[in-house]
Amino acid sequence: MATLTAGRKPVLRRELEALVGADGVLSEPDELLVYESDGLTLFRALADFIVFPTSVEQVSAVVRLANREAIPFVARGAGTGLAGGCLPAEGGLVISLMRMNRVLEVDYDNQIAVVEPGLVNLHLSQAVGPRGFYYAPDPSSQQACTIGGNIATNSGGPHTLKYGVTVNHVLGLEVVLPDGEIVWLGGRTRDALGYDLAGVFVGSEGTFGIATKIVVRILRKPQAVKTVLAVFDRIEQASAAVSAIIARGLVPAAVEMIDQLTIQAVEDAFGCGYPRDAAAALLIELDGLAVAMETQAERIVAACRDAGAREVRTAASEAERQLLWKGRKSAFGAYGRVSPAYMVMDGVIPRTKLPYVLGRVNEIVAAHGLRVGNVFHAGDGNLHPNILYDPRKPGEEARVVDAGAQIMKVCAEVGGSISGEHGIGLEKADFMPFIFTAADLAFMQRLKDAFNPRGLCNPGKVFPTRKSCVETGPVAYRPHAIETQGLAQRF
Amino acid sequence: MAHATSETPAPLTLHGLSVEGVNQCVHCGLCLASCPTFSELGTEMDSPRGRIVLIRSLAEGRIGLSDSTVQHLSLCLDCRACETVCPAGVPYGRLIEAAKAEIERQRPGGPVRRAFRWINFDLLLRHPRMLRLAAAGLRLYQASGLQALVRTSGLIRALPGTLPAWEALLPPLPAAGRAPLPALTPAAGARRGRVAMLTGCVQSVVFGAHNRATARVLARNGWDVVAPAGQGCCGALNAHGGDHARALEMARRTIEAFEGERVAAIVVNTSGCGAHMKAYGTLLAEDPAWAERARRFAATVRDVAEFLAGAALRGPLQPVPMTVTYHDPCHVVHGQKIRTAPRALLAQIPGLRVVDLPESDWCCGSAGIYNLTQPEMAGRLLRRKVRHVLGTGASAVVTANPGCILQIQQGLHEAGSPVRVLHIVEILDRAYSSEGGCAPLPNLPPPSAAAKPPLERGNSNA
Repeated sequence: MATLTAGRKPVLRRELEALVGADGVLSEPDELLVYESDGLTLFRALADFIVFPTSVEQVSAVVRLANREAIPFVARGAGTGLAGGCLPAEGGLVISLMRMNRVLEVDYDNQIAVVEPGLVNLHLSQAVGPRGFYYAPDPSSQQACTIGGNIATNSGGPHTLKYGVTVNHVLGLEVVLPDGEIVWLGGRTRDALGYDLAGVFVGSEGTFGIATKIVVRILRKPQAVKTVLAVFDRIEQASAAVSAIIARGLVPAAVEMIDQLTIQAVEDAFGCGYPRDAAAALLIELDGLAVAMETQAERIVAACRDAGAREVRTAASEAERQLLWKGRKSAFGAYGRVSPAYMVMDGVIPRTKLPYVLGRVNEIVAAHGLRVGNVFHAGDGNLHPNILYDPRKPGEEARVVDAGAQIMKVCAEVGGSISGEHGIGLEKADFMPFIFTAADLAFMQRLKDAFNPRGLCNPGKVFPTRKSCVETGPVAYRPHAIETQGLAQRF
Repeated sequence: MAHATSETPAPLTLHGLSVEGVNQCVHCGLCLASCPTFSELGTEMDSPRGRIVLIRSLAEGRIGLSDSTVQHLSLCLDCRACETVCPAGVPYGRLIEAAKAEIERQRPGGPVRRAFRWINFDLLLRHPRMLRLAAAGLRLYQASGLQALVRTSGLIRALPGTLPAWEALLPPLPAAGRAPLPALTPAAGARRGRVAMLTGCVQSVVFGAHNRATARVLARNGWDVVAPAGQGCCGALNAHGGDHARALEMARRTIEAFEGERVAAIVVNTSGCGAHMKAYGTLLAEDPAWAERARRFAATVRDVAEFLAGAALRGPLQPVPMTVTYHDPCHVVHGQKIRTAPRALLAQIPGLRVVDLPESDWCCGSAGIYNLTQPEMAGRLLRRKVRHVLGTGASAVVTANPGCILQIQQGLHEAGSPVRVLHIVEILDRAYSSEGGCAPLPNLPPPSAAAKPPLERGNSNA
């Protein structure tokens, strides 16, 4: 990859302006600064340009220009990601898709919508809502995050338990490949012919190209919804309740756990109705046919009580239900009330290991002199320990990184994984060998090379760095800024 | 493992004003989609999270105040929609006001701009008599036919700077001699108590009718309404415009004017003033002589809808057979977190049908004097608002702030729509008047020739 010289920049800026218009290119230092990180502020890197295409042709032209100049590029949506996945390499282009945010078509009879990547996730549900439909994947950041970003990380959300993750809702994509060519992967129907390339693309974290149109499934809203809040004095009781619910053959749409520190933060934020003195609460949602709802709810309530819940109640109104969900979905941001920064982990573990792993998480974080809040998709065993820290205090960032690595190791050791839905990005790239063998990684690298042979499209993500002897691509090793600052090291 | 706890880092400030609130932002980005300017442009420097990065970087000395930074910070509406959705509780309004004050300090502008600010912030807002004199001049401009000439002849396009935008917004000023609010409007019927009213600066000159309607409605609900003499501008426009020092002085003067009154509440019918006066406690927290007085004063401030909704409206109410929709002024819904009270009041009026307005809590682009300083973005947001209003089929928009009323009325007028914009106290006042909803609406001036659509930027957002 080439680094732009100072003399080259004005030339390139003019060329980019010719492609996307003068108001579609940013290069002022303060503007680049704003784009130096996503939702995870631990990692920072500056681009040379932020570019705002408005059509697939413009995306393709910008990508071809980057290829000609041999400079790296990365697509970005709302920048709510939590793994540094949309950070630029040091230099190069950030291609923002926020001006490609339309719903292009809705086919209610066939239950599909065709959307642009910069569309906000929740805006799709709002667009089809009046006709009784919605888009099922509901990451907690859905009020701001984009469908394109959801494609990159294969986002989940609380309702993943019943409805699956993003890949289960994407039928086809128009993609600008890393060399600028425009292709369609998948189609408009449930069973497309040939290789399931749409399935391969979803979750590729922006390393296989840039999606410019997305065909998604939309679902009919369930006939009935019931939301149960179960309150526990000990976190082990809440864990046991989760296992009991699943063991009794119940399939709720969502089972979310929220610990005390998190409850206090969200209560400060919006007064959502979670009891502040509870050690943990479970937010359980059932949906489906009205006829079966009562019996299902009774069995859920019984399972919680048997596990020792001190209080179990059902949301009495849609307003109360919305408020409970608002609290759950705002939890990460609410940590701002108790700490100036946090790093969220995204481990997946077998459900039965919940009590053990939560205990280990607390030990590890305490040993590093830090605090942790837990709010996560308990039904899936998808943990989100949020390590709280103050970046202004010398040494804290390094301790956070170290504690995070130890937590990832624990998740791997119990037979789990290092990411459920946030993606590997920059943050977890070096943890990949916890889960995958050298052969596994080499095979993945060959797949990436097939899409992205020059390595210009979102370099430095997903794969561990060259120092770990796995990377075989053309990317030369360069120390990342956080390494030169002594905040992290490659191993 | 033991760790030495390092000392607390020095608080972040911009020329003495605290911006320590930036540290509450954890960069989650949930605010992005609720920000009107980000929604229009898609650029993160024009989002709350991005502006917080800019303010933090300024305070930390990572960047200086470049033209670019000034432009992005100035494009903020200060509508505080981000505060409503922020889980971390970032005090964004205070941060952006500190940033705007810093801009004014470093970039006072050329002589014309400085003179313009002096006339507004020093001369007119601080001296009610000067403001009335200026209004008399403008009234003459309208009554003499000069306004019609300027608008129809295209002469308006020759005016420099933002003057055409100012001219286009100029509402029909009421004839001189329409009395200001009497010092006391006695309660009608059983007396509940006594309230004081902020009559406002521009409000009393331009929308004296709203003040009189507010007093009548309060009186019909059993309140003696006093309008303390000696009150002037509350300083909200100065604070929003980056004129911090004079904002402090005007806050002190306002407190002085009211604190002699023994009242249940200080009732305000202009949202920017209400939100600002409720924040006097924070504004004057560093001033030992005033902190406690400011806190006590702020605790008694109530928006008129908030105050009236505290009890059921007293009957009898005449039917107002109309379909209306409600627009939430930013500094009512975001600045004061009042969302249900105005709707609850409207629901009590017989015959009145209220339909939902999509994006009712989005800024209309008025935002203090934003429509004059940033006419392009203000125009985009106004057209968005007008599109939603027309989609409802309502025959009137009810709201609660003079800025919104002027802005939305102008937008509707330019779109050729007969839909009227009313202050909520006007519609309540009608329900209390004997004619009910049949009272005639005021006439509007011809549309301004300056009203041409500003350039669209390359956003494909439909």
